[in-house]
Amino acid sequence: MPTAEEKFVDVACWSCAAPVVHAQLFCASCGKVQPAHSGADYFEVFGLSRKLAIDTASLEREFYRLSRRLHPDVYTRASEQEQDWSLRNASLLNDAYRTLKEPIARTEYFLRLEGVEIQGEGKQASDRKSPSRVPDDLLEEVFELNMQLEEMRMTRKTGDDDPDLRQDLLTAKQQFEAQLAETDNFIQQLWQEWDETFASNFDFGDQIKQRMAAALDRRRYIRNLVRDVNETLDT
Amino acid sequence: MAEERVIGIDLGTTNSLVAFMYNERPIVIPGEDGLNLVPSVVALDVQTDPTARPTVVVGNGAHKSLMFFPDRAVYSVKRLMGRGAEDVQDELKLFPFRLADNIQSGEVLRIRLGEMEFTPSEISAYILRQLKRNAERYFGGTVTKAVITVPAYFNDAQRQATKDAGRMAGLDVLRLVNEPTAAALAYGLDREKEGIIAVYDLGGGTFDISILKLQDGIFEVIATNGDTHLGGDDIDNLLIALAIDDIRGDLGVDVRSSAEAIQAIRKAVIEAKIELSSANSSRLEVELPQGHHYRREITRVQFEALIKPVLERTIGPVRQALRDSGLTSEQISEVVLVGGSTRIPAVRHVVDDLFQLAARGKKPHTELNPDEVVALGAAVQANILAGGSKATEDMLLLDVTPLSLGIEALGGVVAKIIDRNSTIPASSTEHFTTGVDGQTNVAIHVLQGERELAKDCRSLARFDLKGIPPMSAGLPRIEVTFLIDANGILHVSAREQRSGKQAEVEVKPTYGLTDEQVETMILESFDYAEEDFHVRQVIEARNEADTILAAVEKAPQHPAWQQLSAEERTEIARLDRELLGIKQGDNLPAIRQAIEALDKATRRFAELMMDQAVSSAIQGETMESASTKLGQGPTAPHEIAPAEFK
Repeated sequence: MPTAEEKFVDVACWSCAAPVVHAQLFCASCGKVQPAHSGADYFEVFGLSRKLAIDTASLEREFYRLSRRLHPDVYTRASEQEQDWSLRNASLLNDAYRTLKEPIARTEYFLRLEGVEIQGEGKQASDRKSPSRVPDDLLEEVFELNMQLEEMRMTRKTGDDDPDLRQDLLTAKQQFEAQLAETDNFIQQLWQEWDETFASNFDFGDQIKQRMAAALDRRRYIRNLVRDVNETLDT
Repeated sequence: MAEERVIGIDLGTTNSLVAFMYNERPIVIPGEDGLNLVPSVVALDVQTDPTARPTVVVGNGAHKSLMFFPDRAVYSVKRLMGRGAEDVQDELKLFPFRLADNIQSGEVLRIRLGEMEFTPSEISAYILRQLKRNAERYFGGTVTKAVITVPAYFNDAQRQATKDAGRMAGLDVLRLVNEPTAAALAYGLDREKEGIIAVYDLGGGTFDISILKLQDGIFEVIATNGDTHLGGDDIDNLLIALAIDDIRGDLGVDVRSSAEAIQAIRKAVIEAKIELSSANSSRLEVELPQGHHYRREITRVQFEALIKPVLERTIGPVRQALRDSGLTSEQISEVVLVGGSTRIPAVRHVVDDLFQLAARGKKPHTELNPDEVVALGAAVQANILAGGSKATEDMLLLDVTPLSLGIEALGGVVAKIIDRNSTIPASSTEHFTTGVDGQTNVAIHVLQGERELAKDCRSLARFDLKGIPPMSAGLPRIEVTFLIDANGILHVSAREQRSGKQAEVEVKPTYGLTDEQVETMILESFDYAEEDFHVRQVIEARNEADTILAAVEKAPQHPAWQQLSAEERTEIARLDRELLGIKQGDNLPAIRQAIEALDKATRRFAELMMDQAVSSAIQGETMESASTKLGQGPTAPHEIAPAEFK
C-alpha cells in the first residue's frame, strides 16, 4: 500500500507528459488512458471526497461521461497496452459506480475502506444461514416469528395451508419491513453526521462508523427475516 | 474511406447474416444467391470418389443434403456451443445430432458428419467463413475483423466457443455483442429516444429478455435474463411429435428412426407454422418413404394450445429481469420484438399481457425485420468499434454479465464474487492462502449461476495457482483478480503479495478448447477446404476483376474523370492492362494485388464520383429499399460502379 504522501504525488502522462492528478484514469490534457493502478478508491475514481450523501443523478452523469472516455469500445484501434489499461480502468469505474450508487453497498464499502470490520452483504452463501447476533430489542418478536415460521413450514410440508397463521406472518412481515425502512433512515442520518463532521473530529468519526456498522448488522438481520417469511409463504 | 472494414455478424441458430454500415445506415450483405439469410446448416459434399477429400457446403446448398443425406448435414449447432456431453442429453432426444462415440466427460463435443468429426465451434466457423466470403465478395477486398452477436444469456463457455469459431474462420472478433442489445442499437439509430425499453428476443433456439435505459446515446443494460434452450426449434419439435403420433396412429408406421422421414416432416411443420401466423388453418402434407402419405389439417387454435407451454416459459425470465431492474412493467416505455418466432400472433399476445401494452395504448416495435435486426445492430456496433461515424458518434453500449460469477468454498457452497447484471467490464479481487506448510499450489473452482451449491451451478474452469513460494501454512497471501471483459468472458490473474511474485495460473476450462486446440483446428479446417476454397477464391477474384475493369472502361464518360490529372489517368490505364493480363492465370495473390492496385489508383476518382452522384441517390432512401436493391442482383456492388446506385 502506498503511503498517503505517495498517493497524492502527481505523475506525468505517459503520452504527453502533462501532470496527471492522482486517481485520474485518463489524462485531462491529451485524453489518453492512463496506466491502471490499484491504489485508487471508488470515491477518488469519481473525484469525490469520502462523504456518504451522494447525489445519484449527478453520479450517473459522471459515470456516463467517464464511460465515454474509458470504455474498451473506444480503444479497439489503440495499442494493446492502452487496450489493457482501458479494460482495467473501465472495470474499476464500473465497480465503483455499482458500489456507490447503492446506499447499502456504499456504506459497507466506506466502512471497509475506513478499516471497520463488517460482515459482507450476503457475499458468502454461508452468510445466509449464519445468523448474526439478534438485536436486543427484537428478541421477543424474533422468537415469536421463528415459532410461527416453523409451524407454517410443518403445515405446508403436509400440503396444507393455515390462513390465520398466514395472516399473522404477513402482519409480522409488514412490521419488520417498517423496521427495515426505519433502519435505512437511521443509516442516512448517520451519513449526515459523518459528512458534517468529516475530517474535523476524528474520535467522533470513529464512533459514527461503529454505529453505522451496528445499523448494517441490524438491517441484514431484519432483511433475512423478511426473506425467510417470503420463502416460507412462497410468495 | 480508408477506415477499417469491420463487419457485423448474427450467428443464429436457424439463420445467419452479415451486415455492414454503409453511408450511415446498416445494410445486410446478401450472398451470391442474392438472399440475405444464410441458413445455419453445414453439410459434407457427397463423394463419388472415395479417395477424394469431401468439401464443406454451407447454407442453402447444404439444405438439400439435410433432406437427402441427413447423416452428412447438421443444423441448430448453436445449441451445442460450449456444452459437454452431460448437458445435451435432452437435445439429443429432439435433434438429430450424431455425436462421436468416445467423448470423455468434460471434453468438448464432437459431431459426426459422414465419416468425419467436428466440434461445434468448427461447424460454426464454416458458417462464419461463408459470411466472411459474402462480405469479401461485396467489398471486393479482404475482411478480417468482425463483431459477432450471442444470446445475452450465453455463459462464459458458450461465448468462448463463439469467439474460437471466429478465430478458426480467420476473423479477429473485436467484440461479442448480446443479441437483444444489438437490436436496441439498430432501433436506437433512428430515434432520439430516451427512456426504458425492453427487448423480447425469441429466436430459433434461444430466448432473451433485456431491459435497457437509453439516455444521450448511452445504451445502458439494466438487467437481462433468458433461456439458451428455448425457441422456434421447440415449437417445431412439438409439431413433429404430433405428426409422428398421428402417423403411428393413422398409418401404423413408426418413422422415429428414419432420419429422412423426420427431415421431411420437419420441413412440412415449419411451413405450416409460418402459414399459421397469417392464416387460421394450415395443411400438413408429407410424402413418407415406402409410398406412405401423411396429411392433416391444423387450426391456429390447435396450434396455439399446443405451443402454450413453450411460450409460458418466457414469462419467468421476463418477470425476473423486471425484478432485477427494480422496475414494474408499466415503467417500460417501449418493447422491441426480435427473432423470427415473434411473428407468431400468440407470442405477441404473451408480450402484450406481460407489459400491458394494449391497455396503455402502445404497440411493440416490429418496424425492422425481426430476422435482420440483430445483424443490423451488430453492424452499428462494428461501426462504433471501427472509429464511428456521424450516425454513431454519440453511441455507447454498456452491457452486463447475465450470470453471477462465484468460486467454490468449503462444503461445496458458492461464494459469489461478481453479481449478475453487473456492468461489464467488471472485476473482483479475492485473497487466498495455503492450508499446509510449504504448499506451492492452490486450486480454485470457478462457477457461473445463481444457485447456492457448486454442484447446481455451471462449472467454468478450475484454476491451479502454481509457483507459490513455500511458506508456513496461512502465510502466503495470494491476490486473485477475476475480470469479466466487455465480451462477457472471464480472465484470471494472480499474484503472491508477500513475495510480489506473479503466480502462474493454469486454466482448465470445463468444456472449452485450449489455445493450442484452436490453433490446430484453424489449420485442420483449412486443410479440408483449401482446394475448394482456392478455386472458389480465384473465380471470385476474376469476377471482381471483371467488375472493376468494366467500371474503368466506362469511367471516361463520367465528368469526374476530367478532374483527374494526366498522370493519374495514365497510371489507371497501365494498371488496367496489367489486371487484364493477370486475371487469366490462377495466381490468386497476384490477381488480388492487381485488383487492389487498380482499386487504389481509382479511389480518388470513385470519391469524386460518389460526391457527385451517390449523395443524391442514396439519401432519403429507406434502409429497407436500399438493402432490397442490393439484394437483387448477383453481382456485388463495387464502390466505383455508379449504375448500381441509380
